[in-house]
Amino acid sequence: MNAIHVNDKAVGGGEWAVEASGLVKTFGSNRAVDGVSLNVRAGSIYGVLGPNGAGKTTTIRMLATLLKPDAGSARIFGHDVTKESQIVRQLIGVTGQYASVDESLSATENLIIFSRLLGLGRAESRRKAAELLEEFGLTEAAKRPLKNFSGGMRRRLDLAASLIAQPPLIFLDEPTTGLDPRTRAQMWETIRRLVKTGSTVLLTTQYLDEADQLADRIAVIDRGTVVAEGTVDELKASVGTSSLHLRVQDQPAIGEARRIVERVLQVTSSVTSEAGKITAPMADADRVTDLLVALRESGIRLSEISVQKPTLDEVFLTITGRGAQENAAPNTQASHRKEEVML
Amino acid sequence: MKSTTAVNPGARLKNRTSFGQSVRHSLTMAYRGLLKIRRTPEQLFDVTLQPIIFTLMFTYIFGGAISGDVISYLPVIIPGILVQTVITTSIVTGVQLREDMDKGVFDRFKSLPIARIAPLAGALLADTIRYTIATVLTFGMGYIMGYRPDGGLGHVAIAALLVIFCSWAISWIFAFFGVIARTASSVQGISMIVLFPLTFLSNAFVPTKTMPNWLQWFADINPISHLVTAVRDLANSGTVGWDLGISLIGAAVIVAIFAPITVRAYMRRT
Repeated sequence: MNAIHVNDKAVGGGEWAVEASGLVKTFGSNRAVDGVSLNVRAGSIYGVLGPNGAGKTTTIRMLATLLKPDAGSARIFGHDVTKESQIVRQLIGVTGQYASVDESLSATENLIIFSRLLGLGRAESRRKAAELLEEFGLTEAAKRPLKNFSGGMRRRLDLAASLIAQPPLIFLDEPTTGLDPRTRAQMWETIRRLVKTGSTVLLTTQYLDEADQLADRIAVIDRGTVVAEGTVDELKASVGTSSLHLRVQDQPAIGEARRIVERVLQVTSSVTSEAGKITAPMADADRVTDLLVALRESGIRLSEISVQKPTLDEVFLTITGRGAQENAAPNTQASHRKEEVML
Repeated sequence: MKSTTAVNPGARLKNRTSFGQSVRHSLTMAYRGLLKIRRTPEQLFDVTLQPIIFTLMFTYIFGGAISGDVISYLPVIIPGILVQTVITTSIVTGVQLREDMDKGVFDRFKSLPIARIAPLAGALLADTIRYTIATVLTFGMGYIMGYRPDGGLGHVAIAALLVIFCSWAISWIFAFFGVIARTASSVQGISMIVLFPLTFLSNAFVPTKTMPNWLQWFADINPISHLVTAVRDLANSGTVGWDLGISLIGAAVIVAIFAPITVRAYMRRT
């Protein structure tokens, strides 16, 4: 495959598609990205997971040469993003959070123009456009203006446009945000097929299950820093497959209840801001029986008990010791948990 | 997924775009501009209506007062109104560039390995079609009203090309405003403030003789006056004078200054 030839030449035998270290970007007084380091192996899917405003998009924009980092450096297949930006642009495809296609033109016209800009001839561009539209199931809509496109169609066209040059590295910024479940599954399928052809994909997402479905490795990013990095399994193991939520009837007893939870389950728990609610990772469901017995013996009465599959919020709670949006637990836990996850 | 050809699979990757590539990229971007105009023809309202209305209005209002009658005012007003209309049209270039840049597609242009100047140069190049429409309509209106330029069709065509070229050059100024401004309406505002005095404090509508001395001085050095005079010389007598040279040099200087700083501002902005 040609993409791999380009790849070989550009890489010079290297195995890293992305090597970023200490990236910083400040907007006014807001440090949007505060020392992010990432290493993405060629041929893998790498997920950057984090809530809105964590710095995911800013990081991608720096890696994709759209934004100059204030500090730190990044290399794409060994080429520096600031010093060799024009080379880097020949190695990447970018699909933004907001479809980066031309609203006023048709799908075919969009693809032809991007193909022409990438150096394809007139006839070749036309063929390429038709081929990609076919591949992404957009042939019927090819001539319609984009104004009438649904969100999913737009994203597909956007992705198609990123693939014209068959770049060895593709950035996908929240590729499925705002899509319905069916279109989302289609998008996932497309991304998987991409990697099979030898491409490397770096995607950002707010959804743990998306990272779970697609990514080989995940970096969890919060407030501009990477708080955890590892394979999906490593990350999950640290979070616990599910989490246990307990609400005590008696507010003052919460401290005692929390101690019991931590002793019996042998995990770090946290109290969420809706007072009276204890959240703890539940690695072993069987231990919950012991916990309930222990609570009864201490005379602590529960008003509510529930089990939840891990959500992004839980990952955050466990990794940083606080919720994605709130600050409830002391920070000492954060560093403690981080060591476990950073492998 | 089907195997697809990578761009220039054999070529070594270079960190810069050649001049030839820059031109090709700009032409492709100009093609995009033309497609956009074809998709939204209502964009052309201003360049079709303004020449018709302004030519009629100014000729019949000022004609009798300035030249005694409408017919003898035509050789004065048509070149004047032509320059004024076409240059005013070039403001829209900056406004549309601002609107366009706010859309996601500019992110893709920035991430493509293309010449940095191409999205700007292409947009500006496509807009020459607007200047051409305005030019043809202004001369056409003049003809209907009885204007018979003595320079002949060939010189009128050269005059038209001169005006289109100068407007293209001036549009780089508005493109610069377009790139640095926050909103499209502020581009419109700044540009009008610059252009309004420039076009009216010139010899476009009235002979400068009747102006007070200080104003006469300004009107005489005003580049718009030189352009208007150059067009009059070409269209009315088929002669080429210093004014043509000054206009061309002025246009070249504007492009030499504003094209690089516009591209730089565009690069810095995200």
